[in-house]
Amino acid sequence: MYRYDEFDQAIVDARVAEFRDQVARRLNNEISEEAFKPLRLMNGIYLQLHAYMLRVAIPYGTLDSRQLHMLAHIARRYDRGYGHFTTRQNIQYNWMKLEEMPDLLADLASVEMHAFQTSGNCIRNISSDQFAAAAADEIADPRPYAELLRQWSTLHPEFSFLPRKFKIAVTGSAIDRAAIQLHDIGLQLVHGPDGAIGLKVLVGGGMGRTPLLAHVIREFLPVADYLSYMEAILRVYNRHGRRDNIYKARIKILVNDLGAAEFARQVEEEWAALKPLGLDPPPSELARIAAHFAAPALDADAPVDIDLSNAEFADWVAVNTHPHKVPGHAIVTISLKAPGEIPGDASADQMDLIADLAQAHAQDEIRVTHAQNLVLPHVRRDALFTIWQALKGAGLATANLDRASDIISCPGLDYCTLANARSIPIAQKLAVRLAPQEADLGELKIKISGCINGCGHHHAGHIGILGVDRKGEENYQLLLGGSGAEDASLARILGPGFDENGIVTAVEKVIGRYQTLRAGPDERFLDTYRRVGAEPFKEAVYG
Amino acid sequence: MPRLLTGNRVETGDVIWWTGDGWSQHLKEAVAVDDGGEALIAQFSPQERINDLALIDADATDAGWRPRTTRERVRAVGPSVRPDFALPSLPVDAI
Repeated sequence: MYRYDEFDQAIVDARVAEFRDQVARRLNNEISEEAFKPLRLMNGIYLQLHAYMLRVAIPYGTLDSRQLHMLAHIARRYDRGYGHFTTRQNIQYNWMKLEEMPDLLADLASVEMHAFQTSGNCIRNISSDQFAAAAADEIADPRPYAELLRQWSTLHPEFSFLPRKFKIAVTGSAIDRAAIQLHDIGLQLVHGPDGAIGLKVLVGGGMGRTPLLAHVIREFLPVADYLSYMEAILRVYNRHGRRDNIYKARIKILVNDLGAAEFARQVEEEWAALKPLGLDPPPSELARIAAHFAAPALDADAPVDIDLSNAEFADWVAVNTHPHKVPGHAIVTISLKAPGEIPGDASADQMDLIADLAQAHAQDEIRVTHAQNLVLPHVRRDALFTIWQALKGAGLATANLDRASDIISCPGLDYCTLANARSIPIAQKLAVRLAPQEADLGELKIKISGCINGCGHHHAGHIGILGVDRKGEENYQLLLGGSGAEDASLARILGPGFDENGIVTAVEKVIGRYQTLRAGPDERFLDTYRRVGAEPFKEAVYG
Repeated sequence: MPRLLTGNRVETGDVIWWTGDGWSQHLKEAVAVDDGGEALIAQFSPQERINDLALIDADATDAGWRPRTTRERVRAVGPSVRPDFALPSLPVDAI
């Protein structure tokens, strides 16, 4: 885990003090809402349908138990006892009071956390692979590179007012758990011809109104140079990205308009001018950061075989754990998707429990996934039963990872001012309906957004649902064939939309047709869709 | 159609409704402002104590006001998925 140095802490403490003053002046009416709104947004505070919402940054989705306990404390002390983990690996609180915000941010700062750059047209929280440093398939831990990006992008004066928000994801594996092809910049650690580690650079991906997959603009970038290269990309975007039309302002539009080759040429040209200026940190600085992420001392002689005679436990182990790179260990995904519950929500008590389990059994680490679940990355297999029992007692032992009821859902119109339709009730209904058959269905990723902005990643869903407003009524479009993984693709709309009950029925019809078309038990829904195309599903849904 | 004046309290973000002589969190206490709405917004805006002042359309029903849009019904009651937080403005299932 990275620990703040005196500069990090000073920056965060200064921001809390500054914001305390700004809030006091707003509450005394010394500054207008028009002047104050951008200041609160820079501190992650939105005004939503029912109250203020605070979005707290969780850098690359990594927490320790002390921080998760603090998030539980905030839920209890300042909110209504729960928080919502998001598709950006952050957490949102829905019932904030502006007058209490300075004290809350001071509490956050005491555990090296903050909320700035979780809003606004700046570089947002850097996201990463939730299995970092644990997965056997990774080249190296991506988080030191993400951490350096965090430091570089924090309050970067040149990039605080970009044409639009900017999202970066970093992964260390060819198995893409960070959706790098759907980010403004995606970085993947790769080996170069001489075996050295470098980065593959992808630019211009994204979802929202104009979904596009990213283009590779560099197959191999030496790690020693990557910061200046990032600076060059941002400079080209900052210079040429459109500011006249919010819907055309993301970097994906610029890359698409210029063409990836021309965009890459301009980046290389900018980089050639920037690189000699010495922006890249010395290797010792990256080494200093990397030292914070040293692999935990795990016992490679820990037993691999464990008692799986309890069928429910054995099912959970099979579905919700992954092999760890160290024998005798596992990566545990804790589902926040019990059917009928709100995807991504966790109560303060649940957060405290998971923090305690992490401290006792998982090297004091917790990860947040972009699929709105939590992960204990380093667990001895002989501790799994103890963990499962504790989770089960708290309603957290649902064995549904990547299955039909493990649904991504944005807050939708139940909370969000931007939403056109509710997302959560659709997720709840689908999860309850599909859970009984999900073991047979295998991997099936359903993703729901309540508006075109796509926070619920509907374009990356094997089955995607988009809520829209149709003459004042909630209406839901059905999309099929998306993926945010290494086989990334964009889901396409199947046909006319449905009301709340109709969309649930339509999804069931799609799944029913899949079961008749499936080539075998190992063929995923996505594979079947890619093999047979949309027509059979269209026929099943619309007749 | 009746129009109601609504906004969010600066200090807390709470949804509030104009009652004729003050503000209430409860939709049932709202009064129709109709043609006087714009004047009220002009009156309250400079005071800067209420954010996002807006006029919304609502129907008068036997059970009280029913905002026309799902969005405003959700604002009035609370998240439809958290009935434990619901304000007694409308039945949650009326959203």
